[in-house]
Amino acid sequence: MKMLTIYKRELKSYFLSPLAYVLVGFLLLISGYFFATFVLSTQYALMSPVFGNMVFVFMFVSPILTMRLISEEMKNGTDQLLMTSPLRITDMVLGKYFAALTVYTLSLVISLIYPLYLKIYSKPDFGPILTGYIGTFLMGAAFIAIGIFASSLTENQLIAGVIGFSILLLFWIISWLGDVFQGTAKNIVDNISLLQRFNNFQNGVLSLNDVVFYLSVIIFFVFVTIMVVDKRRWS
Amino acid sequence: MMIEVNNVTKVYGNRKAVDNISFSVDSGEIVGFLGPNGAGKSSTMKMITGFMPPTSGTIKIAGYDIIEDSIKAKKHIGYLPEVPPLYLDMTVEAYLAFVCELKEVPNDKKKSTVDKVINEVGLKDVRKRIIKNLSKGYKQRVGLAQAIIGDPDVLVLDEPTVGLDPKQIKEIRDIIKELGKKHTIILSTHILPEVSMICDRVIIINKGKIVAVDSTENLTDTIGKSKRYFLKVIGSVEKISTTLKGINGIKNFKSKTDSKENCIDVDVETDVDHDLRKEIFFSFAKQNLAIIEFRPVNYSLEEVFLQLTTDEEVNDNENADNIQKGA
Ligand SMILES: Nc1ncnc2c1ncn2[C@@H]1O[C@H](COP(=O)(O)OP(=O)(O)O)[C@@H](O)[C@H]1O
Ligand SMILES: [Mg+2]
Repeated sequence: MKMLTIYKRELKSYFLSPLAYVLVGFLLLISGYFFATFVLSTQYALMSPVFGNMVFVFMFVSPILTMRLISEEMKNGTDQLLMTSPLRITDMVLGKYFAALTVYTLSLVISLIYPLYLKIYSKPDFGPILTGYIGTFLMGAAFIAIGIFASSLTENQLIAGVIGFSILLLFWIISWLGDVFQGTAKNIVDNISLLQRFNNFQNGVLSLNDVVFYLSVIIFFVFVTIMVVDKRRWS
Repeated sequence: MMIEVNNVTKVYGNRKAVDNISFSVDSGEIVGFLGPNGAGKSSTMKMITGFMPPTSGTIKIAGYDIIEDSIKAKKHIGYLPEVPPLYLDMTVEAYLAFVCELKEVPNDKKKSTVDKVINEVGLKDVRKRIIKNLSKGYKQRVGLAQAIIGDPDVLVLDEPTVGLDPKQIKEIRDIIKELGKKHTIILSTHILPEVSMICDRVIIINKGKIVAVDSTENLTDTIGKSKRYFLKVIGSVEKISTTLKGINGIKNFKSKTDSKENCIDVDVETDVDHDLRKEIFFSFAKQNLAIIEFRPVNYSLEEVFLQLTTDEEVNDNENADNIQKGA
């Protein structure tokens, strides 16, 4: 399985540099600080504000996590090794995608100490915590898909990071527009808003519709990435 | 046939980098792909290895079309691009193990394959080092090691000695010659002597077109028919001309006044069989012509093109304007 080969190398590469440690640490530090101040000041055994906070921070962190995934291969010429080996582009892109997703998932797993802490000191409602985690995972997975797409567009990783962040920002702004518009326009905006649906998960509502939406966004961007990588050779 | 290139053209935007070229390489051959910078060597190699498809034309590797049957074709190729495709953060060993997986070396053969290629290209001393910290010569060797993993039938090497120092160049050339015993190799270069040192056959490309295909011996013969020298002489053009005409074995010469240094620049072409340097020196001395510089001249690639294409393209009369025929 060639995807696994790419995945393993990419994951190792994350942990060979300080990048993964710094990003995971940063994510946990901010969310941990938020968790501590919120729970201590309100005395509510709730996680939902922490999820919102984590997703917000990951909006800034995910472009840094993903920007070099494909652009660096083009810059260093290692794409010439990959593309002339018996390897499908789909395997290459998926291997890289799952490696970044693993780093993100790792920080979510470590953050499980927050609900554990709540369980020790009180009786939290685990329903919304579970859906919150699912939502946070799906949201991050969508961010990463957008990030890897941006990384396929240019061999300059900084530019890739900026493009990735801009797309995420655009999605964010679209969600605000939901409050500005009314009627059909609001309906459409709410439907494509990553944030609006995230609120449902945060509030403990798990609907197939929302899950399918996030999966579609992920599949769409991963698919477009594969197309971009393939088409560039023909230009 | 290991490599078959048929009417291949590559257009970037509106620039034709490769213009309708065709050639084939037989199993076991070492073929040199010779041409100046910008000739289209790298573009051709990127198409042969399936990195990018041709704008038109077809390429077959070991009988498989590189586009239609790309996965099968790519299993027969080892490729060293102009810049070796290295992951700088990995150790040599880890990198080569990764390439083994890419090239579908079975798991139980992975370790022995890595050991084998490390031996073959001489990487023993650095196998545990991080690639980023290696010298350019060693990086090139890791690039070569990467290309031969999985024992591909065809090795495509893009300017494998460029940017190395003379000692490293010799080492890499020796490794390539050794590899040539087991693989079909096509290697590109813009250095003429490199071809005669390593290759059985040479394909000369210029401005995207194939100018000549010849055995290395014939190529060296074409160039080896005469020796050339460059002289700086104090004296007059007429006197130099008559003196040179009086020496047996001078085939051609051309002189030009160098007003800056107040002397005459002379290009002399002589028979390959005689070393006429002594005779030239004494004849000039006798005529009171002072030689202030005297050195052999190597043929440039452009001149080789000229020579190789003389029969068809270069009109002798055009040349007569600036080359006076010697006696
Ligand atoms: N990616 C590219 N985009 C546009 N032009 C290119 C590209 N790569 C090469 N060229 C042009 O194509 C011609 C052939 O280049 P190349 O194949 O690299 O030649 P060589 O390897 O013989 O030096 C050159 O004129 C070069 O400028
Ligand atoms: Mg080149």
